Amino acid sequence: MLALLGPSGSGKTTLLRLVAGLEAPTAGRLLFDDEDATHLSVGERRVGFVFQSYALFRHQSVAENIAYGLRVRPRRTRPSNAEIKRRVAELLDLVQLNGLDRRRPSELSGGQRQRVALARALAVEPRVLLLDEPFGALDAQVRRDLRRWLRELHDRTGHTTLFVTHDQDEALELADRVAILHRGRLEQIGTPDDILDRPATSFVAGFVGEAVRIPAEVREGVLRIGAQYVPAPAGQRAGNFDLFVRPSDVVVTDGSDEALSAKVVGVRRTGPARRAELSLGEGLPTVEIQLPARHALRKGESLQVRLATVRLFASGTRAGR
Amino acid sequence: MRDRVLTETSVVRWLLIAVAVGFLLLFLVLPVVTVFVQALSRGVSTYLAAFDDDDTRSAIVLTLSVAAIAVPLNLMFGISAAWAIAKFDFPGKTLLVSLIDLPFSISPVVSGLIYVLLFGAQGVLGPLMKSWDVQIIFAVPGIVLATVFVTFPFIARELIPLMQEQGTVEEEAALTLGASGLRTFLTVTLPNVRWALLYGVLLCNARAMGEFGAVSVVSGHIRGLTNTMPLHVEILYNEYNFVAAFAVASLLAGLALVTLVGKSLLEWRHGDELAATRRH
Repeated sequence: MLALLGPSGSGKTTLLRLVAGLEAPTAGRLLFDDEDATHLSVGERRVGFVFQSYALFRHQSVAENIAYGLRVRPRRTRPSNAEIKRRVAELLDLVQLNGLDRRRPSELSGGQRQRVALARALAVEPRVLLLDEPFGALDAQVRRDLRRWLRELHDRTGHTTLFVTHDQDEALELADRVAILHRGRLEQIGTPDDILDRPATSFVAGFVGEAVRIPAEVREGVLRIGAQYVPAPAGQRAGNFDLFVRPSDVVVTDGSDEALSAKVVGVRRTGPARRAELSLGEGLPTVEIQLPARHALRKGESLQVRLATVRLFASGTRAGR
Repeated sequence: MRDRVLTETSVVRWLLIAVAVGFLLLFLVLPVVTVFVQALSRGVSTYLAAFDDDDTRSAIVLTLSVAAIAVPLNLMFGISAAWAIAKFDFPGKTLLVSLIDLPFSISPVVSGLIYVLLFGAQGVLGPLMKSWDVQIIFAVPGIVLATVFVTFPFIARELIPLMQEQGTVEEEAALTLGASGLRTFLTVTLPNVRWALLYGVLLCNARAMGEFGAVSVVSGHIRGLTNTMPLHVEILYNEYNFVAAFAVASLLAGLALVTLVGKSLLEWRHGDELAATRRH
């Protein structure tokens, strides 16, 4: 299960449509396993595509929608009516919509429509299942349930699944591998751990994990952040860098040579935790840290922090922001 | 639902309704009733006798056959134009949309004249038609051409907004499920616009049967040959044959009323789907 993750306009959906054959590539090849699918028509590719708006056939019932892919097959390969009926019942069971087979799409809720779209795509036994923003149009609760359900379904059926999302939590939680796209380019592809712990480019570092970008400089083994100096990571070459700081990277400490002094510029209570905005110096973007609620911080207070992870990327790289 | 601020006093409301209904009675119902009253003024037998006339019957047959040719032609043109405009992007699309409206914006008489200028004896293609021994002007082909031209926008106009609103995503879904282009059209596109299509056909048919101006120019008014019902009504009227004129007119009005009832039934049953068209 692979997630295509990126900001809007990064080319996620276009890539998905290329795989489906709904768009034609200007260059390059598309392989399904070892077979070249670049010049196969949409119908020949046997992909299951679930559209963002579901695209259910509005004048057909749920059962007719699901059966569509089987009914349009040429006579030679078309299953018998009884067989189609059996498959539809099986799929309805799989997506937990038994008893709704005669409903029209307009009589279903968003989550139900989504599952009908999925069942319709699965009916053709696709080689690859393509989902475009599968949870985009659903409210938070349904989204969470359906996400878990989709993961279970995937584990059970084992279809190769490609899904597009702009929600990084969704991508990192659901997918085995995540591909980060930006301005039509692949920035990094890897497991959620790779993406989070070892971002390959400055864009990825800035995109995932609520990171804040702070300009920094390394000279002779010393890292300068604003007007403060700390030892640079071992073996770090000199130059101007972007330092990416995530809330989890900042640890409160009580003075060492690695410590930075920070000033609290804002405190918010979010659920069980407290979030504090810290300034590391005049004119620098503020970094957020998360603290247990019992930590009572006041605005204007000073404290010592340490960077548990130092993520540096040469500044001015193409994906700077 | 109803906002208090927007609710008029009952006097104003009744006054508005009275004005609207009065206007409707005076300008729409009264004339139609008059047609039937005049037609039946000398009794039913005289009314029926009006149809016992070769010229009248040939006019009825001609009108029905012109509609029977023009409507299917425009059904085809309308669907393909709407399909092309709503589902594809191509250069000159805006121009095509404006062109479709052309028959609405120019006077029917001018539409008729265009064909006379094109295919008439002195027209651009006249000599060519003569050499092929094909008679278009002052013959049935000219009447069909003029009718097709005048009624062209009805079906296309009805379909384009609806098809544009529906987009292409359902068609794409059908394609990914392995359906061919034709299959997709027949099982997805067409069923999605069926009521709007039928509505367009009814309107197109009503106009095809009732068209006077363009047909009058190209027909030549040859009795028993190129006289349609509207033209025949005029001839009879000019000959002071009032009963016959109104009898034929009543038949024409009757056909229109049938169309109207069909249209209302459609609106009543499938108002939601047609509403998409109305909004534009």
